[in-house]
Amino acid sequence: MTDRVEAHIEVRDLLVQRGGVSVLEVGTLDIPRGLVTVMIGPNGSGKSTLLGALQLVLHPTRGTLMLDGQPMDADPVRTRRRMSAAFQEPLLLSMSVRANVELPLRLRGVDRRRRRELADHWLERFGIAPLARRHARQLSGGEAQRVSLARAFASQPEVLLLDEPFSGVDAPTREGLIEDFAEIVSETRPTTVLVTHDRDEALRLGDHAALLIGGALRQTGPPSEVFDRPADRAVAEFVGTENVWAGRRSESGVYQAGGVRLASTAKTVALGAPALLCVRPERIVLTREEDGSANQLRATLRAIRPRGPVIRSELSSGRLRLIADSSLAAWDELGLSLGDDVIARISPTDVHVIENPE
Amino acid sequence: MDLIWDGIREAARLWWSGDGEIIEITLRTLAISAAATALALTIGIPLGAVLALRRFLGRGLIVAAVNTGMGMPPVVVGLLVALILWRTGPLGDLDLIYTPTAMVVAQFLLSLPLVVGFSLASIQSVNPRLIGQMWAMGANRWQVLWLLIRETRLGLLAAVMAGFGAAISEVGASMQVGGNLAGETRVLTTATVLETGRGNFEVAIALSLVLVVLAFIVNLVLTAVQQRRFVT
Repeated sequence: MTDRVEAHIEVRDLLVQRGGVSVLEVGTLDIPRGLVTVMIGPNGSGKSTLLGALQLVLHPTRGTLMLDGQPMDADPVRTRRRMSAAFQEPLLLSMSVRANVELPLRLRGVDRRRRRELADHWLERFGIAPLARRHARQLSGGEAQRVSLARAFASQPEVLLLDEPFSGVDAPTREGLIEDFAEIVSETRPTTVLVTHDRDEALRLGDHAALLIGGALRQTGPPSEVFDRPADRAVAEFVGTENVWAGRRSESGVYQAGGVRLASTAKTVALGAPALLCVRPERIVLTREEDGSANQLRATLRAIRPRGPVIRSELSSGRLRLIADSSLAAWDELGLSLGDDVIARISPTDVHVIENPE
Repeated sequence: MDLIWDGIREAARLWWSGDGEIIEITLRTLAISAAATALALTIGIPLGAVLALRRFLGRGLIVAAVNTGMGMPPVVVGLLVALILWRTGPLGDLDLIYTPTAMVVAQFLLSLPLVVGFSLASIQSVNPRLIGQMWAMGANRWQVLWLLIRETRLGLLAAVMAGFGAAISEVGASMQVGGNLAGETRVLTTATVLETGRGNFEVAIALSLVLVVLAFIVNLVLTAVQQRRFVT
């Protein structure tokens, strides 16, 4: 869907090296205009390096970065003035909250009255107007991050570059901040690049996703597709697809893995060809009784691990090891104990197939 | 003890009577040291910023030279400037030896390493990610320098105080390149040395007190600026 949207930023043949070692290599990446592109990947995957390259604060060894079809580094200051950035740390200067929000406008030569007007508007939008006169050093972490985001929006940027801006604040504050941010970004529609390693954040805020592993771009597409249909084993492991089973196609739409027969509606591979079958743990439903639908695996409960709002259980079925996440209510209803037999139900639409695994 | 009291009384008398020579020496002292400090700040702060923010070949050597310069004996600086400005020296044609300009040059060279060193230390203490944020906000090179100066104003005002303190309290180099000529290059420190040598302790104490009070007032003003709360 997003592939049809016009690219606002184009990354071509980008190589960043440090000490002669490649830390980022991206052949082609288009950042769609007016959408939120979430940049996901494990630590050291090159997400922040890519963001640094887009901000023109680090110099690539090779490659081209284009904004509206023009090279971004032709006039770095001018390019940066079309963009804004916010990071995990609020990075406020030693001045009042309002002066911080006004600063990007001041650097652009905007007159005092207009600066004040815009700063007050964005302070209001982020719910921090009463803090306008307070010194930046007297703010809580959540307040400071709101100021940082208000400052990023104040210059009305075409492009917003954000490096994990919600990860440094506590959970309740974070929730409210993400809600406000989502509302503001959907109204103002800047082209946004959001670096995050949080799945919920990516699914909630992202229109488009780019996944990096080991300095290479491994998959792009809508966030739900990247999470539910990983392109390879490394992506599957990163996005939390705990169940990745090696198998082979045995008949049309049916695969054999670890002595278990699994149906899938995913695109088919050649008969007998190896494939990886991927199922997210929250897609496995545990029941006591079979209901006649496809993919009802008889399994034995081997381990139970409470994980906050869900119970993660480890089961065995044939030679397969299954990981399933159940809600607390569903788990209580099942009343399972270790060693109990249970039915693990997997919808064929939730079995993702990776062709030609290495 | 009587000698000290006599000196304090003499200082008070000289000030209350508006002694022309004392006022003239005081103003000259202030003018020379302020010019030297201003020059040291103009060159020293950007130089400190470059040393703090850039990595280049020979940087370590320059930083070591700056640190050495912070403890450089004034007589060595005085000798160097005297050799250069001496009538037969490389810049002898400028005819600057035994002039206030020569004293400004000597005091500037003494202040410069202090200003560079203090600026380097305070700018280097700024979170590098904050500097990245300054660029990301769309600042150009000069705006980044302005923001850095603003952000490190406490440390930089310490640089101003150290630079001015080194300039105004210096005596050896001023003697060597200024010559302590009455009405021309005599400043509070050189006049104090002269009066002490002559045994005029009351006058020497009076001059010293003027020097101390002057340094205190300047530092009081700078401290007030340094400790002021910035809420704009």
